[in-house]
Amino acid sequence: MAHRAVALSDRTGVFAAALVAVAILAALVAVFMAADVAAGLGAADWAAVRFTVTQAIWSAGLSVLLAVPVARALARRRFWGRGALITLLGAPFILPVIVAVLGLLTVFGRSGVLNQFGAALGLPPVSIYGLHGVVLAHVFFNLPLATRLLLQGWQSLPSERFRLAGQLQLTPRALFLALEWPMLRQVLPGVAALIFVICLTSFAVALTLGGGPRATTIELAIFQAFRFDFDLGRAALLSVVQLALAGTAAVAALWLIPPISLGGGLDRPLRRWDARGGAQRALDGAVILLATLFLVLPLGAVVLRGLTGIGQLPPSVWQATLNSVVVAGLSVLVLAVLALPMAGWIATRRRGGVEAIGLMGLAASPLMIGTGWFILINPVLDPARLSLPVTALVNAMMALPFVLRILVPRMRETLQDYGPLTETLGMRGWALWRLLILPRLRPQLGFAAGLTGALSVGDLGVIALFADQERATLPLQMYRLMGAYRMEAAAGAALLLLVLALAVFFICDKWGRWHADA
Amino acid sequence: MKYLTLAAGLIGASAAWAETPELTVYTYDSFVTDWGPGPAIEKGFEAQCGCDLKFVGMGDGAALLARLKLEGARSDADIVLGLDASLVAAAKETELFAPSDLQADYDLPITWEDDVFVPYDWGYFAFVHGTDLTAPTDFKTLAESDLKIVIQDPRSSTPGLGLLMWVKAAYGDEATDIWAGLSDNIVTVTKGWSEAYGLFLEDEADMVLSYTTSPAYHLIAEEDDSKTAALFDEGHYMQIEVAGKLAGSDQPELADQFLQYLVSDAAQSVLPTTNWMYPAVTPEGGLPEGFEGMIQPGKALLVPNAQVPALREEALNEWLTALSR
Repeated sequence: MAHRAVALSDRTGVFAAALVAVAILAALVAVFMAADVAAGLGAADWAAVRFTVTQAIWSAGLSVLLAVPVARALARRRFWGRGALITLLGAPFILPVIVAVLGLLTVFGRSGVLNQFGAALGLPPVSIYGLHGVVLAHVFFNLPLATRLLLQGWQSLPSERFRLAGQLQLTPRALFLALEWPMLRQVLPGVAALIFVICLTSFAVALTLGGGPRATTIELAIFQAFRFDFDLGRAALLSVVQLALAGTAAVAALWLIPPISLGGGLDRPLRRWDARGGAQRALDGAVILLATLFLVLPLGAVVLRGLTGIGQLPPSVWQATLNSVVVAGLSVLVLAVLALPMAGWIATRRRGGVEAIGLMGLAASPLMIGTGWFILINPVLDPARLSLPVTALVNAMMALPFVLRILVPRMRETLQDYGPLTETLGMRGWALWRLLILPRLRPQLGFAAGLTGALSVGDLGVIALFADQERATLPLQMYRLMGAYRMEAAAGAALLLLVLALAVFFICDKWGRWHADA
Repeated sequence: MKYLTLAAGLIGASAAWAETPELTVYTYDSFVTDWGPGPAIEKGFEAQCGCDLKFVGMGDGAALLARLKLEGARSDADIVLGLDASLVAAAKETELFAPSDLQADYDLPITWEDDVFVPYDWGYFAFVHGTDLTAPTDFKTLAESDLKIVIQDPRSSTPGLGLLMWVKAAYGDEATDIWAGLSDNIVTVTKGWSEAYGLFLEDEADMVLSYTTSPAYHLIAEEDDSKTAALFDEGHYMQIEVAGKLAGSDQPELADQFLQYLVSDAAQSVLPTTNWMYPAVTPEGGLPEGFEGMIQPGKALLVPNAQVPALREEALNEWLTALSR
């Protein structure tokens, strides 16, 4: 095979990658220049570092541990609604964090459903604020992700082995040791590493559920240095710490992290001959029921509470909604312009090492990039004026690693299949994109755009640094309503936000599948 | 980019064409709520100034100051309302404020002498709780109890900073031990007063850091006598809330006029039953009925304004260290 099977120009891809690298590096340089190294890290900063790592370990550990029985039960059982449940497991990906937090507060808060139930049994109330609240929210988000990834692991086991195990009449325990455990040993570290890295850069959860100096993540400490003291030197120093921590973890985890698939094939359960006993059935049923309740109850609470609150929405919420739609549209646009040429470039290489540039977006935290750009913009222009474009840009970068993983395999396949033909036809440049690549990649593009748009609509990060009173996005406005303890209105905004995020995702995804060739 | 510049230009232009001058006041969130003093004061002042008074809520008091530092001379604000005596020295250091020669016949527990800031109300910090609770009578008993409290972050909130100063003024070098003892009582530390009081009302805690006058709100506005404030033997720290005019204001005369209005009878008679604090100048009708039942601290604590910044830094480090363990 020739080194290059297709006349796809490298230039745009290299240019796009360079743009991403420059955008991140410029922020980095600004942060390093401004960092107040002389001040050093105080006891509270070290506490923030410790808390960041502790909560990430707990979150990753618990998510993975709990995901094992859930994925196992889902792999073993076939039941009505199984497909819908697995689709639901993908929902937290596009669920705005702050919406979930409100739902969790309603269920697990001191006056929430669970504590009322506990009080009826004479149990002391449990508070959701602090380490356990943060971990709870992270498990809520990552348990479904872990379950899906583990389910892929189960799905990868050849069905013949289960048939054999059935013939040998292996007990569930023996089957676990012989088949499932070796698979888990391969998959678990990667899943845990991915969740660990995601939780290291958590901001919105810590902002809402973290309580005081004892439950502050580094991202939150950056925000506090900004908003409470307006101490840019300190914010920059903390950003450097964040980068060192998350960067090291991301690079270390890079070779452990499993590929992110569209979830194709997960709806097709393997035929199983084992675990037919009543106790096993009951156990699996209970596990599936508990996991479903854990996911559905908070969301149900948001919808119920939101319906009563939707009438009380102040006009500022509608303005914020419009802003959010604009931000999401912008970030999808930016992403398409950056990711497509990059994917084209990566797909023509033999190895996907170039994806590392996309991963920079994961290691460099949103608040770090935000801090850097704030320092760059501040002397020239009022940063609040650029709050929406900057948010859109940072959102696009955050989505880049995921999107590249979605686009590259299909791009590679397309270029391999049609490369010789396009070469013969002398097709190149724009025509190649318009006639071959874009139509073939349409489903992946739609999915990627939906993901980016939904992530962007629900994001509460950089906007919190930049925004002033007049330029807020919907998540920020909702957070402000929660802060003013207008819980009903906040719940209304949450419902609106939930609907918006899901709508953005479904519209883009539907567009991708509509008349798709695939 | 061009589009942005254009949009910014259009917004700027439309403001310049507007007929009525606009006075922008940055304040804390609870001031501008429907039940806060904001609406009444806006109506009262607009009736006499021929201007458009715009309140902008910016988190809590201390976050207001950070916001101003962030915006610098670029800020749209003409007035900042809602800093307190503890922040006066730090605020003056920014050199963003303009002096004011306003004189008023203050009824404050101390003599107010400041050439920049105008006090508009005051109160004592206190822990508010339900009457069904046997409240502790000092910080040490509180620390030993199992009671759950919500407090505010001293970096973003004036009550939070007030509590920091309270403990420091009462205990000096022992303050660290008090905080270490309190740390297991603290449910969470909120960014502002509104969040903390909201959590308390939703039963997330037994006590909340607020003011001796907070129960008056429940008594007068809600006819609910189930809330009271705990009287502490160490004495209670005082808060004096102030407003100031910004040097960069494009409406300096209007700003002066507003400060004058703020200490007038019209505004002062509104504050007790909307901001639930003692007025800086007792209005003609005296205090509203219900205020006489509020607890009276045996001893009033206050660190002189100029000494606050140094003490704050020391106390903040102690607080951060004790609570991050």
